[in-house]
Amino acid sequence: MSTLVIENGPTTRPRRGARPVLVTAGKYTSLVIASLVMLVPIVIIVLGAFKTKQEFLKSGPFTPPDNWLNFTNFVTAFTRGGMLQGFLNTTLILVVSVAGTVIIGSSAAYALDRFTFRFRKSVLGLFLLATLVPAVTTQVATFQVINTLGLFNTRTAAIVLFMGTDIVSIYIFMQFMRTIPKELDEAAALDGAGHFRIYTRVILPLLKPAVATVVIIKGIAIYNEFYIPFLYMPARNLGVISTSLFRFKGPFGSQWETICAGVLIVLIPTLVVFLLLQRFIYNGFTSGAAK
Amino acid sequence: MTTTTAPVTRPALLSRFRRPAPGPGAGRRGLRAGLTPYLFLVVPLAFLIVLTYVPVVNMFWYSFTDWDGLDPTKNLVGLQNYRDVFTQPDNLRVFYVSLYYFAASFLQMALALYFATLLSFKVRFRSMWKGILFFPYLINGVAIALIFTNFLKPDGGLDVLLSGLGLDSWIRQWTGDPAVVNYTLASVSVWRYLGLNFVLFLGAIQSIPNDQYEAADLDGASKWQQFWFIILPSIKPIVGLSVILAISGSLAVFEIPFIMTGGANGSETFVIRTVNMAFEFNKVGLASAMAVVLLVVVLIVTWIQRRLVPEEERAAKPAKQAPAEPTGATS
Repeated sequence: MSTLVIENGPTTRPRRGARPVLVTAGKYTSLVIASLVMLVPIVIIVLGAFKTKQEFLKSGPFTPPDNWLNFTNFVTAFTRGGMLQGFLNTTLILVVSVAGTVIIGSSAAYALDRFTFRFRKSVLGLFLLATLVPAVTTQVATFQVINTLGLFNTRTAAIVLFMGTDIVSIYIFMQFMRTIPKELDEAAALDGAGHFRIYTRVILPLLKPAVATVVIIKGIAIYNEFYIPFLYMPARNLGVISTSLFRFKGPFGSQWETICAGVLIVLIPTLVVFLLLQRFIYNGFTSGAAK
Repeated sequence: MTTTTAPVTRPALLSRFRRPAPGPGAGRRGLRAGLTPYLFLVVPLAFLIVLTYVPVVNMFWYSFTDWDGLDPTKNLVGLQNYRDVFTQPDNLRVFYVSLYYFAASFLQMALALYFATLLSFKVRFRSMWKGILFFPYLINGVAIALIFTNFLKPDGGLDVLLSGLGLDSWIRQWTGDPAVVNYTLASVSVWRYLGLNFVLFLGAIQSIPNDQYEAADLDGASKWQQFWFIILPSIKPIVGLSVILAISGSLAVFEIPFIMTGGANGSETFVIRTVNMAFEFNKVGLASAMAVVLLVVVLIVTWIQRRLVPEEERAAKPAKQAPAEPTGATS
């Protein structure tokens, strides 16, 4: 193939004519259509969130609101809809669980990557096998465990489940740890550092890129998680953003303008994070999807 | 397979286990070093056992009982629960519902492949298109369900759009009519997960060395030929993987139908029925049997996947990527 390249040279450019123009038109048309499909349902929510109750009932879904500065619905969603409480609970659970995941994942990865020990293979097998268990269905039995531990209707239930069942992050850490030269550990060990010191002073700082990946994908996953808080934290004051928004279906069932505002409130942080961290997010999910 | 670009598409999680990593200071490890790894592992292992293995073992045990979740005594009923899973019409229906999602995942892969190919060539506003296609994947599931409940309700966005196009006769009760509800929900699922599939395919395509395209360009190969002879062979493993994983993925569908319809109007999925059985109808025994069935399906699918996709190729691609519920926080 490479010889052909040289013989043909740059003279045989693809011909320009009617066909390429059509192809280009088709290409952009399909992109525009796909984008519309992706965006239109969201745009309607944005329009609806600024409408008054009367306006929402009377006007069509594509009609822009009379007053773009009508924030009444957002106020209702935040106060009566419990979104404020939801954000507080989500933030608390998210920060603690993500920090816990990083510590648990990196220490497990450190032990598994840097040491040879008798049950290493069995432990690896246990972690590997666990990734195959579909989490939603094992809740049938996990519920009993959480209940027995007395954690039902506590934030601890969600925190423990988020940090204790995340095996993907252990893999991400292990993978990254392989790229950290062992000579660094050895040099630190020669300087008299113990294993714990090596872990905190050498390994953890060098793991920063992997930590960033885990924080991003875990953070987004926890922010979006619905079923665990729904199942384990039914108390009203324990609502996270997912469950608070889910409860809009009841009392606000006919107040779509408030629901729209609630959806938008949940959506905006995701959009901001996405726009700021695009590159990391793409990378994070392509490596995080592997488990 | 390339090893020079896009490191993120090469997790190689499974293959790494083959190589034991020697610890630091291998020669002078005493008793303390022998215990050290266990000290680092004690907390992760405790969590793993208490929150994954204890439930799984219990689940097997419950599945042979008639336990209601509360009663202190559990009566052994043998294989009765499993017989119920595969014989009661209501339980069988959920397998049928998963076929909609299975079919939809092929549509999803085809679309993802199309857009990934398109955007791997030179296109204006490339990152904008990429962002728009991917963003829905990041949205909170409850928000998605409400966005679409709003969009699909009678006289909602979709109905108005169809009327505007003069297609009034196409209007249906999108989530109310048992004849269309599963198409609707499967489409929402495609809307949600297309972005992830697309980004994974795009990553795989972009890891193809540029000189291959350049050579093909110089040879006068058309874009179609480039797709057929360069792109498709390079991403065959990940496409094959996605197809296999669509099986377990379509059984694991949960969030969107649970929030949008709660399983009403014939939209109940396998997992919705499982959790309803456990937490609504207190049939923990039957629910456990269903969960065991799903677990077994997943294990079989994984086994097939490992047999079909050679280690080398798997090492170059994301190892697992389920189209339906891919990266739930705890999955």
